[in-house]
Amino acid sequence: MSATDTASASAPVDNQLGAVRAGLKRRHAQERRFQMIGLAAVFAALAMVAVLFGSVLFKGMPAFWQSTLHLQISLNADVIDVGPPPVQKAGQNPAEFEAELTDWRRALARVSWNKILEKAVRGVLPADLADAKTRDIVGIVASGERYALRDMVLEDPSLIGQTIDVDLLADANVDNWLKGNIDRSLGQSRQQLSPGEQEIADALAEKGVITQSFNTGIFFNVDSRSSPASAGLAGAFMGSLYMMLVVIMLAVPIGVASAIYLEEFAPTNRFTDFIEVNINNLAAVPSIVFGLLGASIFINWMHLPLSAPLVGGLVLTLMTLPTIIIATRGTLRAIPPSIREAALGLGASRTQMVFHHVLPLAIPGILTATIIGVAQALGETAPLLLIGMNAFVASVPSSPMDQATALPVQIYLWQGNENFNFFEARTNAAIIVLLGLMISLNAIAILLRQRIERRW
Amino acid sequence: MSDLIIVGILLALMALGYQVALGRYRKVTGRSEVRPHSRPAYHGLLVAIWCAIPALAVIIVFGLFEPVITRYVILSALPPEVRDLPTHELRGVMQRIHQIATGFGIVGEARPYENVAATRLGTYHAIWNFALVALVASSAVAGLVYTLRRITPRLRARNEVERVIRVLLLLCSAVAIMTTVGIVASLLGEAVRFFGFVNPLDFFFGTVWNPRFSSVGAGQGDFGLLPLLVGTLMISAIAILVALPIGLMTAIYMAEYASSHLRNIAKPIIEILAGIPTIVYGVFALTVAGPFFADLGAAVGLDISATSAFTAGAVMGVMIIPFISSLSDDIITQVPASMRDGSLGLGATRSETIKRVILPAALPGIVGAFLLAVSRAIGETMIVVLAAGNSPVLRFNPFEPSTSVTVSIVNQLTGDTDFASPQSLVAFALGLTLFIMTLGLNVVALYIVRKYREQYE
Repeated sequence: MSATDTASASAPVDNQLGAVRAGLKRRHAQERRFQMIGLAAVFAALAMVAVLFGSVLFKGMPAFWQSTLHLQISLNADVIDVGPPPVQKAGQNPAEFEAELTDWRRALARVSWNKILEKAVRGVLPADLADAKTRDIVGIVASGERYALRDMVLEDPSLIGQTIDVDLLADANVDNWLKGNIDRSLGQSRQQLSPGEQEIADALAEKGVITQSFNTGIFFNVDSRSSPASAGLAGAFMGSLYMMLVVIMLAVPIGVASAIYLEEFAPTNRFTDFIEVNINNLAAVPSIVFGLLGASIFINWMHLPLSAPLVGGLVLTLMTLPTIIIATRGTLRAIPPSIREAALGLGASRTQMVFHHVLPLAIPGILTATIIGVAQALGETAPLLLIGMNAFVASVPSSPMDQATALPVQIYLWQGNENFNFFEARTNAAIIVLLGLMISLNAIAILLRQRIERRW
Repeated sequence: MSDLIIVGILLALMALGYQVALGRYRKVTGRSEVRPHSRPAYHGLLVAIWCAIPALAVIIVFGLFEPVITRYVILSALPPEVRDLPTHELRGVMQRIHQIATGFGIVGEARPYENVAATRLGTYHAIWNFALVALVASSAVAGLVYTLRRITPRLRARNEVERVIRVLLLLCSAVAIMTTVGIVASLLGEAVRFFGFVNPLDFFFGTVWNPRFSSVGAGQGDFGLLPLLVGTLMISAIAILVALPIGLMTAIYMAEYASSHLRNIAKPIIEILAGIPTIVYGVFALTVAGPFFADLGAAVGLDISATSAFTAGAVMGVMIIPFISSLSDDIITQVPASMRDGSLGLGATRSETIKRVILPAALPGIVGAFLLAVSRAIGETMIVVLAAGNSPVLRFNPFEPSTSVTVSIVNQLTGDTDFASPQSLVAFALGLTLFIMTLGLNVVALYIVRKYREQYE
């Protein structure tokens, strides 16, 4: 082979190599780009979580600190002219005593609490506001607080005649004004707080009579329309609690029993297949359809009461049942067959094998499944709207048959409140409470899984 | 009160039966040569079970017949002219009589015949409750005694107890079937009543949705499904457009590139998105995302409404991301390593392997995940209720207010649960449409996913 041949042969090879190198460069660039896109997607998803939690926390945290008046209130016996509370006299029958006590309570309710409040506020007003209107002064205090004051006296009648230090919530619009939730440069015609109230609020805030204090009312009060500043989550929390009790008492036994049947006993036949198909489909049925089921069967056909946590619990039970069944089956399937075979080999019956050996080992998994199901039920809103749980309820339900609302529904109701300046923060605070509950539930589930679950 | 007594009696008899059975078991096996078949506890349980079963049967039968018999008792005490009153008036009279009989009292003066009927009802209730307690107790005792007499060393008590347990387990699994039957029956039943008011063709192909108020009367409103359906599909499409690229790329990165460290941290965090209640997304869409999109639109000269199909869809897409990413992740990791290794061994880069080998192989599974996500998006309610603007007009611009099937269900059925007007019954027709759509999607998706699994197992 001559030298010219090798030279002519090496040129195409160089060309090919160059082409391959160029191609490789292109392909590696593509590879990097693809990887970058993937990483970007991951970070986009993570950023969504951050934005969501960030905005909820940012908007909701201020609601936990609320404008509060620190006042010295003299419960003057002249104003509270109701006399000492009646005591049961010898020979007086209970009915008469009850009537007397009711009269006393009624007299207490008729006391002009506004006048007492006005006097207390006037006492701390600076001199230049001495001629402030009564209406403006009373308007500073949340309207529900005079009932709180009355209940205080009702509980401890010895307070009459004393001067007490109390913390009273300021009106919702005062809170807006002081927190800057409302634009102060808006014209007076568009302000929710009257000019007189604005001056008083500013003066009291400057003197330190109104401060932003931690607001326990949001946890311990019930919802309120007349006094938005004292609206709280207690009623919704109890409603949710009752519903979760119903879910735990019904969904867990039924769900675990059906999981055991399907996983350990069911023969492979058409009927078993039918049950499995049903469960898989129910798991994917939109939650609102369960609400329709509740409205039609529980309310319209069985005439169960509207807005009752019992009905809500039943609907949520049907909704969470597939979740619990599927998760429990997963746990049962993860228990190695050797355990079953050992039990059967030693002469246990199938039922004994399941209940004495498999089930105890599955308990951590079942607990996790329960918690996941309950967390899902806790956050569900749509079906509850259809069975009347969006009714306004201003009391704590004392039984599952009482009218009640639920935490997620309370969020829905608050976000629709007309005083949105005030309720935006409250709505997000309620979301923080709900998310806090769900995260703790899930944390418990994860802990359980790590602590007790055995890996085979 | 009588309920508590009955429960108490029954529990006491069951406990007693258990103990007596143990005693009898000892006596019987003590003098017998045969080795007993079952352990003593099973004999006790069997007696307790057969004590409860007849008693429960009695309670159920009584419960079924109670309303019928009560009605008959009251009617027989009423004068004929009252008996012939129209149904709703008669129902009112019956209610008053019940209230008098239970001592709750009524407003105003009771009519003489009402007092007579109430007294009769009171007597009857006393007899009825006594009879119930007596029958429950005697049937429980009968079951107890009968089973006690069956106790011999040869009795297969364990097998019988186990059969009862198995039947109980089967009944629990049947709850799933009953739920499905309940859903289908209630949706179909009420939807058929709705179609008695409104022609199905007008419903399924109508282009105007304007149900009006129920007080206006039937047939006054327009119940056209199409505006709602278009809204639902538009919002779901936007949601999928947001969720599918992010979800799929996340899954690919997690499965193929991410270090185990990143995977362990990022995966649970992303899955938090799936656990957040939808009402939270709704409030977020309404107060944060909506105004943000509107400002963004104003900045680039687009007219985006704060509550629009786009807002609802985009936020719903965020909710669906973990749904798509975790399903796709499972599916991608299921692709056999040999296929991946083969491609890499021939010199393909990782991204080429993913694009040309793994994704085609995983495609059926990903399509299944996609369909499940679509069905999730179609059935989503709270985000759309809050963020889509509730404007049931047939239009195709995603930046204008829109609505969905689920929103209309909520609107038509909240507040007013009068089940006689087409205005509330339409909710069930909408629910039926929704149910059929999601069911169809799920069946297809599960079929595809299952086929895919079989392919690599």
